[in-house]
Amino acid sequence: MRLLGLKTFRHGVHPPEAKDETKDLPIRQFPFAPLLVVPLSQHAGKPAVPVVREGQEVARGQTIARPDGFVSVAMHAPASGVVRRIALAPAISGRMVPAVYLEPFAGSTQEVADGKPCPVDGATPAEIVTAIQEAGIVGLGGAAFPTHVKLAIPPGKSVDTLILNGAECEPFLTTDHRVMLEQREDIFAGLRYLLKVTGATRAIIGVEENKPDAAAHLRAGAPADPPVEIELLRVKYPQGAEKMLITALLGREVPSGKLPVDVRALVVNVATAAEIGRLLPRGRGIQERVVTVTGPAVRKKGNYRIPIGTPLRFVLETVGVVEEEVNRVFLGGPMMGQAASSLDIPLTKGTSGVVAFTDDAAERTHREVHPCIRCGYCLAACPMFLNPSQLGLLARNGEYERMAADENLMDCFECGSCSFVCPSHLPLVQQFRVAKSMVRKAGAA
Amino acid sequence: MAKLLRTLEIRTSPHLVSGYAVDSIMFNVVVALAPVTAFAVYAFGLAAAALLATAVASAVVAERWVCRLARRPSTLGDWSAAVTGLLYGLTLPAGLPLWMVAVGGFVSILLGKALFGGLGFNPFNPALVGRAVLQAAFPAAMTSWSPAFAAGRFASLPTSTLAWPFAEPSYDAVAAATPLSLWKFGHQATEARELALGFVGGSTGETSALLILIGGAYLVARNMMSWRTPAAILGTVAAASAALHLADPSRYASPAFMLLSGGLMLGALFMATDMVTSPITATGCWIYGALIGLLVVAIRAWGGMPEGVMYAILLGNAVAPHLDRLIRTKVYGTSARGEA
Repeated sequence: MRLLGLKTFRHGVHPPEAKDETKDLPIRQFPFAPLLVVPLSQHAGKPAVPVVREGQEVARGQTIARPDGFVSVAMHAPASGVVRRIALAPAISGRMVPAVYLEPFAGSTQEVADGKPCPVDGATPAEIVTAIQEAGIVGLGGAAFPTHVKLAIPPGKSVDTLILNGAECEPFLTTDHRVMLEQREDIFAGLRYLLKVTGATRAIIGVEENKPDAAAHLRAGAPADPPVEIELLRVKYPQGAEKMLITALLGREVPSGKLPVDVRALVVNVATAAEIGRLLPRGRGIQERVVTVTGPAVRKKGNYRIPIGTPLRFVLETVGVVEEEVNRVFLGGPMMGQAASSLDIPLTKGTSGVVAFTDDAAERTHREVHPCIRCGYCLAACPMFLNPSQLGLLARNGEYERMAADENLMDCFECGSCSFVCPSHLPLVQQFRVAKSMVRKAGAA
Repeated sequence: MAKLLRTLEIRTSPHLVSGYAVDSIMFNVVVALAPVTAFAVYAFGLAAAALLATAVASAVVAERWVCRLARRPSTLGDWSAAVTGLLYGLTLPAGLPLWMVAVGGFVSILLGKALFGGLGFNPFNPALVGRAVLQAAFPAAMTSWSPAFAAGRFASLPTSTLAWPFAEPSYDAVAAATPLSLWKFGHQATEARELALGFVGGSTGETSALLILIGGAYLVARNMMSWRTPAAILGTVAAASAALHLADPSRYASPAFMLLSGGLMLGALFMATDMVTSPITATGCWIYGALIGLLVVAIRAWGGMPEGVMYAILLGNAVAPHLDRLIRTKVYGTSARGEA
């Protein structure tokens, strides 16, 4: 649908954008930490299987773990160095996960080893899908879902429109913005791979209106064949959610429990497309990613290309934080990002941002909880048209099954808009996360 | 590189909150009612000032007492008791004895709200519950209207205001009639301009339709009031009374008179829109408003009393939870709610 000439979806919220401080800062290479920790599971699906031994020397870009089955991707050495250990490491969830501890060589030039190229013209769609899996590519928007799995279109289904997601609706984050400005040719190269694999005949890049420079830059360099439409979107959260983007651009509604392919659409993040376009022609894998490091407590805010496996502590110590005031650090944007339980966790392929709040910024979110006054703000905010008020009342009583059966709980994708607007400051989305996991557990048992 | 040693806070997302808060919404209702309150004092003098102060104080004291009784932290900070007290006071006739005002204020909070579990759980508008109890307990006092703009209204309090509890209050002036009672019992219409500006008799806060509309517009602009509910009520009252008036102008008052007289404006904008006791969906608000509008016209036209806004809204409140159960939003990606 269109509103005031710009495409958008219905409902949603308007959090403060907070992007001004980093949106004009070019991407800079981040130094190597003395020890990199590369988890074997940075994606949805099965963990990768290590193909290196402790004590082995590896070259930057070399495959250090192979995918385990189809829903799994490869891992690559983020630096030339020595494998010190293959052992457990803390993850953001608080769990310990298996990881490869890699000590980069001091003074190495850190040349990246090229592998077997996968040229877009010579390769078959199946070969491209395998190459994407071998390159370790996952959705870089934050979900870290293996991209090749998304591209494997089930038999009997087809895709007519490929959408590149440049909405970047999360406040504070400017990585996609910078990638669109600095890696235009990579994005269009990636797009050619994606069009070939999906068979889509139409390509649209959706960009929120607050990035007019990125949209203009893309438009100026857009290839004539295949034609690419650059569409401006209204600034509204969660515009970058897959379903909201499809509805805004195509007017199609993805049926409950179904995938975008069921409405013949496929959504890939612009940064993911750029990585495909950059890595596949050289036969390389993901060994770093662009991360926005920002927030009121960060001194040297910016967009950095950070090696995968860099410990969060090293990131914060390098950019400098206001030590006496740093209060909360989270990975991703403020609407859906997870607070870090430890500074020893490594950055992974899904980390789009590192945001550090001061006491002051965190204090603003410590609000007194009141009972639900049935104001209906959450109903007007929910992009899925759920009734968060009613869901919240049921959650209070632990009626999880009813939430799923009567109130479409499982359609909630946890964007947090309800919690954001709630004047009673009820932890709605948190209650729904718990409820969803309880329902899943009950269904599995 | 400084070593990070500080303990970090772990919270779940979202890590941002909007500016909305229950206390600020309630406080803004008080702000929106400020012009109406000021006009009430201007029109009815010291009597209105004493009445409104007593109404707010009794509601606030009741709220505080209930919190202490339940051993819960005080909920006065959410401003809802103050809103209830003020709204309740604005529906009372200016010369009402203060002890009756206090009784109703206690009833509003205790019977109207606390009994159901406090803010958010009350099915009926607490201010109207208080007024309804007074209407039943003291029908004569509740329909003894002091004249507006009486000379000397700032010099002294009327004798009735200071009447002893359970004593028959005596009234200084001959009780003024409201435009609605003039119509009901004498078929005498009041000019629309007088009604809009508030130069008529009535409850302390219901006389100036214009100031009520200004306060309502303020809340709607701040997204703190549903505009649909008052639009539905006023639209229905206008349409239904226009139909009746066309059929028999001598028996049924004109739509302008119906819209501007009595407690309709105050009720439609500030009572029926109470978030807790009105439906949560947009469609629900339209139906709820239309129902209240029809009830107002029916009670005024065929009921035994000149005014029916209070009962219409209370009946609407009773229907609201059912509307919420029946009217579902259409969930994204479903053909109808509940099926995939």
